[in-house]
Amino acid sequence: MFDFIARRLVAIVPVLAVVAVFVFLMLRLTPGDPAAVIAGDNATSDQIADIREKLGLNQPIWQQFGIWIGNILQGNFGESFFFKKTVAELIAQRVEPTLALALCTLVFAVCLAVPIGVLAAYRQGSVFDKAVMAFSVLGFSVPGFVIGYCLIYIFAIELGWLPVQGYVRIGVDFGRFAERMVLPSLTLSVGFIALIARITRASVLEVLNEDYIRTARAKGLSNRVVLMRHALRNAAVPILTVIGLGIAILMGGAVVTESVFGLPGLGRLTVEAVLSRDFPTIQTVILLFSVVYVVINLLIDISYTLFDPRIRY
Amino acid sequence: MYDFRKSVAALVTAASVGGLLGAIPAGAQAQTLKVVMHSDVKILDPIWTTAYIQRNFGYMVWDTLFAYDEKFASKPQMVEKYDVSADKLTWTFTLRDGLVWSNGSPVTGEDCIASIKRWAARDSMGQKMMASVAGFEAVDAKTFKMKMKEPYGLVLESLGKPSSNVPFMMPKKTAETDPMQQIKVEDVIGSGPFTFKADEWKPGEKIVFLKNTKYKPRSEPASGLAGGKVVKLDRVEWIAMPDVQTQVAALENGEIDMIESPGHDLLPLLAKNKDIKLFSANPLGNQYAFRFNSLFKPFDNPKIRHAVMVAFGQEDFLKATIGDPKWYKVCKAPFVCGTPLASDAGMADVLNQNAAKAKELLKEAGYDGTPVVLMQSTDLQVLTNLAPVAKAQMEAAGFKVDMQSMDWQTLVGRRAKKDPPDKGGWNAFLTSWVAADILNPVMAGFFNASCDKAMFGWPCDEQIEKLRDAFSKETDPAKQKEIAMALQKRWVEAPTHINVGQWYAPMAMRTTVEGMMVAPAPVFWNVSKK
Repeated sequence: MFDFIARRLVAIVPVLAVVAVFVFLMLRLTPGDPAAVIAGDNATSDQIADIREKLGLNQPIWQQFGIWIGNILQGNFGESFFFKKTVAELIAQRVEPTLALALCTLVFAVCLAVPIGVLAAYRQGSVFDKAVMAFSVLGFSVPGFVIGYCLIYIFAIELGWLPVQGYVRIGVDFGRFAERMVLPSLTLSVGFIALIARITRASVLEVLNEDYIRTARAKGLSNRVVLMRHALRNAAVPILTVIGLGIAILMGGAVVTESVFGLPGLGRLTVEAVLSRDFPTIQTVILLFSVVYVVINLLIDISYTLFDPRIRY
Repeated sequence: MYDFRKSVAALVTAASVGGLLGAIPAGAQAQTLKVVMHSDVKILDPIWTTAYIQRNFGYMVWDTLFAYDEKFASKPQMVEKYDVSADKLTWTFTLRDGLVWSNGSPVTGEDCIASIKRWAARDSMGQKMMASVAGFEAVDAKTFKMKMKEPYGLVLESLGKPSSNVPFMMPKKTAETDPMQQIKVEDVIGSGPFTFKADEWKPGEKIVFLKNTKYKPRSEPASGLAGGKVVKLDRVEWIAMPDVQTQVAALENGEIDMIESPGHDLLPLLAKNKDIKLFSANPLGNQYAFRFNSLFKPFDNPKIRHAVMVAFGQEDFLKATIGDPKWYKVCKAPFVCGTPLASDAGMADVLNQNAAKAKELLKEAGYDGTPVVLMQSTDLQVLTNLAPVAKAQMEAAGFKVDMQSMDWQTLVGRRAKKDPPDKGGWNAFLTSWVAADILNPVMAGFFNASCDKAMFGWPCDEQIEKLRDAFSKETDPAKQKEIAMALQKRWVEAPTHINVGQWYAPMAMRTTVEGMMVAPAPVFWNVSKK
């Protein structure tokens, strides 16, 4: 097991190297000049050229890449072109909202989607099953921002139960933090619930037709025990896999959800950085997302062993 | 059987608890104004960049020696009195009593000298003025002199320049920062009506200002950007909220008090809400402009540029972008309708959408069918529909137009390039100016026709430059106007750009907000909440 974890951790290095090269080149080859953005609309060509020189953007690309990689290896992620802050500081400021949104969404989605999926499988062909399938198609098809606007209209504008936007840090006021997380988490979780519920239903259905389930029932075990102890546990591996893959959807969805609900998280930082061509910030955030994605999938792989004793690394 | 209904009921209960949490009202904060500005504040130095959000930030924190009143006259602001010698070569400025920086130290003439020098290093109007300045002298703590090499007609207009870059006065230590470098966060020390609360600044979330208790307003009533800047709010928060739909929902829900620039498509929705009012704080509004790249064919030929001016009509541009005539104005005057230099002198035959006449002119000018690379910005609602209208009107006149769509920041990067249009360069694009930036030919950047030193587009016209120079050195306003009109006529013959309409962007605010100033930039003194 430890060998497996060590090998996987070492494998992160080439992944990050590829991401680093790709992101760096993409940004340099994409049109847009951060110096012109910084200088503002009324700037002259000379002013833009001065800023470009100060930012080191007139150096050859390979030299810029070398400096960036060298700094990263020393733990220095650089300074944002726009804010007089290091990228590490910016990310530290923005991590909490994104983490809170991701965790709330994950917990909410898993707690709701797995029981729904199991129940739909157990009552295959029933009205409930058909409703779950319809919801899955709908939830996966409707864009997050549409769901967000609908929820804002119903719960904030019409009913006045929840605020439209904003974020209050958890340490400042838990109540206000919680009320501001409900709508974004709901928005982001709709697609996630649809995905997990569908996979859970399919996996549990497959397992319910196995001989050992029939044997369990023949032994006189209750439906609850059959479903929870035998069916769900054996169906867990594909469900965990899809949850792991869903983290990528979550990260992508956070970009839109944070914009719609005015959450000052990493998703919005990414959008702002892309729009203003803040190269150091974009590069570091994408590297961070890559690390998170790889590590979460490693954790998912490890967790397989908890549900299926046949899996050994 | 496992009872799933119980589980579902538990989840519903949990969701209800979430709903109850939502019933907790967002804290009512007396005299705190929450505003969504047109952009988030990322940079704190209004001299280093010309972006309007930094200008707005500057008006909160710093003050100016002079300021434009509502009649566009430059009036003393930090200055108590000023005097110009009979030969117009020495200007003496005396600061008001009791001006202090937010750290408690007094504002001195030396601070002002350093601030003017740093501003002039970055601003084109400042550079023009400094070309006539021989030097400065700090006479005493409150008085300084500006000595000129020759009389200069725009001293007060320059020192009171209302829009980017605004000559904000900063402490000497801050103003001595290299003009090519941003000032540091800890150096944001002003003598303006508000103070910047650095510890609460969270880029992407909010920026906070507190009432500057040390600020001493002038005794005159506030007028435009001039007069007494009386602060009635304890705290102003600029909330970063990029999504316009969310901004409107938050305003309707009372979570914010004001939106600086709601989209025009959302104005009818806002107008229907009895708790919200629309307020046009900037009566001059904005002006759309079509900018030529004069370096390359076909727009290296002034006659072809003139033909475009003949082909264009403003109404279509304005209808396509703004829609409601309540928020736009057909106005030929390049120095903006409603200002002292407003005139359509020399413009009877242009901007009438006369495609037939434009065709004739193109033939006379020898247009060879070179395609015009027209850049279209697609992500800013107020600009998106301009390029398709330009394309249609130019094609009707016989131009070949290659309209290339891109996001605004790509356009901003590309317009700075002097490459040929077929190698990543460009021929034309459309943008918008805040009217306060273009009130005269020296202030208006697109009239600068000094070749390489001009703004992107790099027009080269000796006559225009001579007239701009004469305008800046003329001290008699009547003669200044004559020069401006002569320049306008020359500009019609050899346009550096074309103005394609004037438009207005009202603010949307809760009816509880009162006292918003009518001024070229959004300012928050005089504002209170019921």
